[in-house]
This record gives sequence, C-alpha cells and structure tokens, in this order.
Amino acid sequence: MSLDSKAIIAKRIAEELNDGDVVNLGVGIPTLVTSFLGDKQVYLQTENGLLGMGPRPPIDEVDPDIVDAGKSPVTITKGAAFFNSADSFGMIRGGHIDVAILGTLEIDKTGEIANWAVPNQPILGVGGAMDLVAGAKKVIVASLLFSKDGSPKLVDELTYKSSGERKVDLFVSEYAAFTFEKDGIHVIDIYGDLSIEELSKKLNLPLIDKTVQYNA
Amino acid sequence: MKKLVNIDKIEELVKDGDRILVGGFGATGSPLTILDKIARTNVKDLEIVSNNLGENGQGLHKVFVAGQIKKAVGSFFTINREAVMAWSRGELEIELLPQGTLAEAIRAGGAGIGGFYTKTAVGTELSKGKEIREIDGERYVFEKAIRGNVAVIKAAKADKLGNLTYYATARNFNPMMATAADIVIAEVDEIVDELDPEIIVTPHLYVDYIVQTGYKKERGAYVESR
Repeated sequence: MSLDSKAIIAKRIAEELNDGDVVNLGVGIPTLVTSFLGDKQVYLQTENGLLGMGPRPPIDEVDPDIVDAGKSPVTITKGAAFFNSADSFGMIRGGHIDVAILGTLEIDKTGEIANWAVPNQPILGVGGAMDLVAGAKKVIVASLLFSKDGSPKLVDELTYKSSGERKVDLFVSEYAAFTFEKDGIHVIDIYGDLSIEELSKKLNLPLIDKTVQYNA
Repeated sequence: MKKLVNIDKIEELVKDGDRILVGGFGATGSPLTILDKIARTNVKDLEIVSNNLGENGQGLHKVFVAGQIKKAVGSFFTINREAVMAWSRGELEIELLPQGTLAEAIRAGGAGIGGFYTKTAVGTELSKGKEIREIDGERYVFEKAIRGNVAVIKAAKADKLGNLTYYATARNFNPMMATAADIVIAEVDEIVDELDPEIIVTPHLYVDYIVQTGYKKERGAYVESR
C-alpha cells in the first residue's frame, strides 16, 4: 500500500507545478514528484548551493563535491548554477523559490506544520526546514495522512514543535488535498477510498467540501 | 609565496578555547587535512561553528572523538550520533540555528554587521528568548552576527596571492567563513600561478594562510593521498 499511496501524493503534487517553476524538494515523498512531471520542465534548487539539480549519478560517476541537501550524490543539469549557502538561503527567505515541497510530522487545522523535531528525542537538527517554511513563495506539504501507529497527522493543535508561524498553501495526502482558509479546512480534491464525512470522522476535525468548486 | 605554509603551522595558529569556523556541508567542502592536524594536537575547549560535526568518521568527527570540542554551533547534528550522546551526557554544549540563519550570521560577521532580523524560526522554539520585531506587518527575530578567532576553509584553487575559487557544492559555507575570522586558513586542492579575475570568489585579502590538501577524490569519496 505504501508505495501506491506515496505515488498518488507525488502525482497530485506534480499537477500543481508549472512549467519553469523553481522547486525545492524535501526528503521522502517530495523526491518522487519529479517522476510525474511529464513534459513540464522545473528547476530543482538544493539549499546547499545548487540550482539545476539532476538525478543521482551511476555509482562510478559519483563526485563527492556534488551533493544534495541530504548529502547524497547528485548530478547537474544544463544551465545549472552553484552558489554559497548565504546566497542560497537568500533565495529561499527572499521568496525566489516558487514552490517548496516538504514532508511533515504534523499539520494543524490552520496549516501550520511541525516537520523538524521528534518528541522525546534530543532536538539537535533543523537544517533548512524553517527557512523553507518561512520563505518559499508556495509551500506544499506531501505526507501520508496517518502515522504508522494510525494517529492522524492532520490535527486540531500541534503536539510536535512548530516549524514556523507561516501557514502552508496546500497539503496533499493519499486520501485528499486540503487547503487552510479562514472558515476552516477545505477539501479541494478527494481520490482515496474514504468519503469526506468518513475522513472528517477519522480525523475528528470538521472538513468543508470544496471539491465541486475547485474542479468546476 | 608567503601565505603557503606547512600543515604543522596549524599548531601555532589554533589555541585552547578558540572559536573556530569550519567550512563544509558534511565532508563536502570540509578542510579535512587541517582538521586531521587539529585532531592530532593537544588543543582543547574549542567552540566549533559548522553546519554539522563531520561525516563518515571524517573531518570534524575526528576532532570531536579526540575530545577537543566543548561547544558546537550549527544546524544539523542529528546525524552525528556520538555527538548527540555526548550532548545528552552533558559533555557537549550545542547551539542550534536554522541553516540559513547560520549562513547569514557568518556573512554578517564578516561584513561589519552586528546582527539582522529574519523571519525564519519566528514562532518556534529556536526563537525563544530572542527579540521579535514587527517590520511592515511581518514578524522577524533578531540574530547576532557570528565571528571566529580562526576560520578553516576548503577551496579548489589558490593563486600565489591567496585568491580562491571553489568547486561545485563544496563551496557552501566557505566563502562567508573566509571573511569572518581573525585568522583564515584555506586548504586547497591546487596552487596555480594566476587565476582569471572573473572567477575569483574569495579575494586574497581575506586569506592569511594556505595549506595544500592531503586528500584526493577516489571512487566517489575523499581519501588521503599520502
């Protein structure tokens, strides 16, 4: 089930991207989005200093000086540019990245996310997570709707530590896509095997059906 | 070439209690030869400013294992398991900053800027106890600039004056760190006669000493060449 669910999320997010977008991808499901882009050309930015990131190289072509934000070897695409970390985060905070696609541990009913600190473990790593949340023009969250233990990730109030007060623009799960508006959580698209009423019951949260308006 | 020194010079330049800025993102762009040398000295109580504490047992990891680090300032230590354990035993002090805040603080430190307001981390645990200020309707947190007693960085090429160029994503924090310490030591792959002025990233006035790297790239990793 897990691979299919993740592919559903990645495919749905790929629809949100526009030809020519500059995109920063978090680890996990976000990295799958590139498989569903079709003819659309996007430019991947990685916060350790590269715009124009390409796929992982064959093992005999690995260059340890060319890595992504997870320190894994990558390649560069035609027209790629390198820059230092201060410039890279200037791009991110300065609103020059069209879309950041991030994973999350939790997301609350207002669209605030917690994606860096796991409870009851030492909090010793944040990396670029908070900069991306604060600064990207559009933030899309890609995540399964429920944790391994079955608890919902979409919650009334965050129990994990917040990544910043900026609200995300879109949350895509394997059951539905959500936006966060003044009157509550909107379901703009549903494609899983649960109805909006069933989802609402499982999440214990009111959901507003906007699927017709959105797809009209 | 006056700035080119033997690696043993490090013994004189790094002192107990120094705050050292260390370039690199994991091992990529990290001055591995200089760090190996520091790990073989008796210098102690170091405060390290670096994105993380080395990777795959290389670089800062060796300095950490040698028990020379008292405090680490950076953005991602989760991958350094021994460091996490030392922190939980109270043997290592850690100050966590968002990666962009770390980079900008060092840039500011080298540019005569005392601090800056950033929107990153507002409303999170990492802005606790720090000044929050509203500017044009948006909230920002004040972050102080960072400087070091010493910066140890990695570059691709140096010319005879100490102008530097970098390669690929090995650039990362190195150019900012070159500007933000009293003593700047650059480890380089290659020393050349002359560099095209158009491609120089770090002009020579920032660089005090140059050492030749003792590492080369082999099968996708950094290995000692001696």
